[in-house]
This record gives sequence, structure tokens and C-alpha cells, in this order.
Amino acid sequence: MAIEEAIALLQPAIEEKAQGKIDARWLALKALDDDASLRHSIDQFFGYDFFAQPEIAEKRAEAKKYLAREGLYGEKLRDAVVGQLVEHAAEIYQKCVHLGNAAYLQRDRKIDRILTSKKTGIPIMLLLLAGIFWLTITGANYPSALLSSFLFGLGDHLSAFLSFLGAPNWLHDVLIDGMYRTLVWVVAVMLPPMAIFFPLFTLLEDAGYLPRVAFNMDRLFRKANAHGKQALTTCMGFGCNACAIVGCRIIDSPRERLIAMLTNNFVPCNGRFPSLITISTLFFAGAAVGLWRSVISTAMLTGIILFGIVLTLLVAKFLSHTILKGVPSSFALELPPYRRPQIGKVIIRSIFDRTLFVLGRAVMVAAPAGILIWVLANTMLGEYSILHHITNFLDPFARLMGLDGVILVAFLLGFPANEIIIPIMIMTYLSGGTLMELESLTSLHTLLIDHGWNLVTAICFMLFCLVHFPCGTTCLTIRKESGSWKWTFFAFAIPTILGILLCMTVNGIASFFTFLC
Amino acid sequence: MQKQVLPLNRLPVGGKAKVNALMAKGSERRRMLDLGLVSGTEIEAVQKSPAGDPVAYLIRGAVIALRNEDAGKILVNAFI
Repeated sequence: MAIEEAIALLQPAIEEKAQGKIDARWLALKALDDDASLRHSIDQFFGYDFFAQPEIAEKRAEAKKYLAREGLYGEKLRDAVVGQLVEHAAEIYQKCVHLGNAAYLQRDRKIDRILTSKKTGIPIMLLLLAGIFWLTITGANYPSALLSSFLFGLGDHLSAFLSFLGAPNWLHDVLIDGMYRTLVWVVAVMLPPMAIFFPLFTLLEDAGYLPRVAFNMDRLFRKANAHGKQALTTCMGFGCNACAIVGCRIIDSPRERLIAMLTNNFVPCNGRFPSLITISTLFFAGAAVGLWRSVISTAMLTGIILFGIVLTLLVAKFLSHTILKGVPSSFALELPPYRRPQIGKVIIRSIFDRTLFVLGRAVMVAAPAGILIWVLANTMLGEYSILHHITNFLDPFARLMGLDGVILVAFLLGFPANEIIIPIMIMTYLSGGTLMELESLTSLHTLLIDHGWNLVTAICFMLFCLVHFPCGTTCLTIRKESGSWKWTFFAFAIPTILGILLCMTVNGIASFFTFLC
Repeated sequence: MQKQVLPLNRLPVGGKAKVNALMAKGSERRRMLDLGLVSGTEIEAVQKSPAGDPVAYLIRGAVIALRNEDAGKILVNAFI
């Protein structure tokens, strides 16, 4: 056919120049197609304007003229080329792909009719989300308590061992009260929820459910002028915001990719998740017992996650009307076949690749942070410790947000990794001296109440936990992926300002009502 | 059975058609071609999302969701 003739005309000249570095037939085909970006890559590869070489340019012009006479130019030519490729691929497919279960399409359509239909699609999605939270909350309680009592017990032995070695008092205190205790809190608070949440979430991912979430949610994202695939990167954010920022590469349009990157932080990653779970369990389910307890904290957690998604959409809409103006680009999303998840593999992969990885990162940050807190709390500057001066300085501002100086310091020191926010808070409160021993999760509630926490503090803490600056790793990833400090700054500033305003509003309303009563 | 040319977004769920022509240009057209949407390709509307947009289509053994706005740029020969 005509295209083959054109290639035959052009290929020898290219073969001579390319000297076997790139397949000449492919180059000839691309020479006939006017793809500017590909041409640029080819020029870069050779180091000079390859197709402009006189021998090639002459033959190329001749071949194009010939094709034009045959009626093949511009988009018609491209269509013809792709048509041939697709046909060829289909032939290969016929020859070598054998379906074990030819009825899988029918089966998948039946599942899709349940998971993505108008009536059941969204309710099932919310139930699955809430179900995972519920399992995480109920499942994590007991092992958390076990872990903390075991690790604190171990701490006593370590402490005795250090004394036995004759370590000086200050060293003992730095290592045990500073570093070890912070580490214990990180492990006890973080490990159980992660070890439950990650495998459950990976199961959904493995089964092929996440693209259906994107399918269900696309309309909403479109209304926010964002890309449908942002639903996928939002889901990834539950695991780790930094990973999700890298995942934003699946969005082709630069404008929509930036929107996805700037708003990803509104879903809580696994570093912030346990903090939300802990506080919602302690403060919103305190009076309830048994099943109700976990149901209430699940509802609370689901509510705050949904609020995060609403914020994602609102901010995306705001961005697309201000600094990132534009219209949504086209998108095609594959709904892959459902697969039976490989449970053993999922558990191993999510425990080792995700849980231990995230925990390892938290521990690496927590150890020095624990020492820093201890040093700050035990170095006196005048009458008070340095830590006391810092928290006192921040306190008035934090109070406006319904928090206190200690909480704000915990958020600031949690910048390298949000996992350590609650542990830092505990260590700082403890160093104040009201309660020197805190050896179980249940006494955490007492500790917080003793330091003036109430329902409003808990709500503001959860809000600011959901809406504040991304962690250090995420910021660096945004810098790398967007290639600009400007967008990194926006990614930092938008949630921070929004979080401060939200907390101040909630606190303001609460104060108003207290005033009335 | 009657042959009828219509934009893909008007194909009812369960309906089958063959690609007639792509009205999209540039990179959008290229992306459609990459999905295997060359003329003559069989296509079936299989599932609407809860909001009715996007719609999932069966294209060469793969299920692909397209927004109505994009599907409207694909003309098909439907058999209704």
C-alpha cells in the first residue's frame, strides 16, 4: 500500500545516516508524521537536526508528495498509520492470548452494575470507606494497649540496665525519658492502625476497586474543573501524600496535574490517620461503650475524611478560577477486570513495603525529636525551660485557633513526619510535671483533660491535623515534581492559611455559644 | 435493524456500534486512536456512572470510561 511505498522511498537514506542507532523503518514512519515533540527528542538523541539533513529532507519531501497524491496527508495519514498498528496488534492478540475464563466480561459487568450504579454506587463506596475505618479503629485498640504496656515495661528494664552500667543521670534521662518514650509512643500509636489499614486498603486496590471510585467520583471532580484521575491520586493520598504527588504524573494536562498536587494534602496520610483515630476515639466516643464507641468514632472519622474531600474539590475549583485557569481536558479511564486479591501477597507487601517503611521513617524522625524535646524541656533559661518559653510564646495565637502552644509546637516539630505530632505533644505535656508517668493509652485522655482539652480543642486539633502544611517529604516531592519553588510555596501556604482560618472560625463560634450559655 | 450515524454519547447502554469518524483534533484525537478507536472498531456502551457521566465503553476487550463531552466527538454507526 501507499505508506509502505513511501517508507521504501525514505528508508535507505535514513538507514545510512542513523547507522543502526535507531530502527530506520520506525524513523522513516515518524519522519512522515509531523510530531514536533518526537522530532525534538530525535534531534536531541543525534545531537543535530536529523530530518533536516539534505539527503533525508529531499527524500522526505518526495515521499510526502507521493502520499499527498494518494490522499494521505495530515490527520488522514496518522489515522492510516495507527489503523495499521491497531490491526497488527489485534492479529498478534488473536494468535497468542487465550482466555481461561471467557465469561469474565459478563461477570465484571454484573459487579460493576452493583458497585457503580446510580442507586448503589455511592452508598457502597461510603460503606466500604466507613467499614475500613471501623475495622481499623476496633482492631487497633487492643494491640495498641498491649504494645504500649509491653514497651513501657521493656523501658523499665532498659532503665535498670543503664543504671547498672553506671550511666550518668543526664544520659539516662535523655535516652529513656527523651528518646525511648517518644519512640514507644510512635510505635504504640502508629503501628496497629497502619498494620490494619494498609492491608485492607491494598486489598481494595488489588481487587480493582479504586478505578471504580474514580469512575463514580469523576463528575464531582469535573465540576471542580479538575481531572477525573485526581480521584485516584486522592485515594493514594490515604497511604502517603508524597507518593500520591508522584502518582499525579498519570494526569497528562499540566494545569490539572498541579491542581491535583496542590490539593492532595487534604486527605490524611497514614502519618496523620492514627492521630485522628486516637483523638476521635478519646473525645467523641468517651461516654459510649462497646460497639457504639467504635461506631461513633468511625462516623466522626468518616465525616472528617469527607470534609477533606469537600475541601479538595472546593480548593480545586477555586484554583481553576484563579491562578490555574483553564478548561478540563479529555480523559479516558480504564476499568480493569476484577481480580481475586492475592491475600498472602497483599499482607506481606503492605506490611513490609508500606507499614514498616512508614514506621521506619517515623522512628528515624522520632528519635532525634525525642532528644530535642528533652533537651529543650530541661535546659533552663531564667526561671523556665526553653520549651516553656517557646510554647508560652505561641500560646496566645494557638488559643485563638482553639489549640494551645504545646499543640502548635507539636505540629511545627512534626514537619519532618506527621507521625510524631501526638508523641511530641505527650512528651511536652509530661515534661511540664503534672503527671510524670504515662504508661497506658487510657491515661492519655486524663493527661489531655488535665491540660485543658475539651471537645472544641479536639475538633480544632482534628481540623488542623487534616488541614495544615504538608510534611517535609511531601514539600520536597512537590518541588521536584512541579520543578518550582513557587508551587511548593502555594502547596504549603494554602492548607496552612485555610487550616488557621477554619480553626479560628470553629473556636470563635464555640466561644460565642459558651458566652451565651 | 436500522443503521444510524450518531455521536457515541447518544448510544444507549447495551447498544453496540462501529466507529465511523473521530471529530477530535490534535492530542485528543491521538489519545483516542491510542485506545484503538480507529474507524470500523466495534464499541459497546456497558455502564453509566452514578451521575450518568462518564460512561464506560467496551473497546477491543477493555472497558474504558469516557466523559460525555469527549464521547460526543466520536461518530459511530449504531444498529438500533
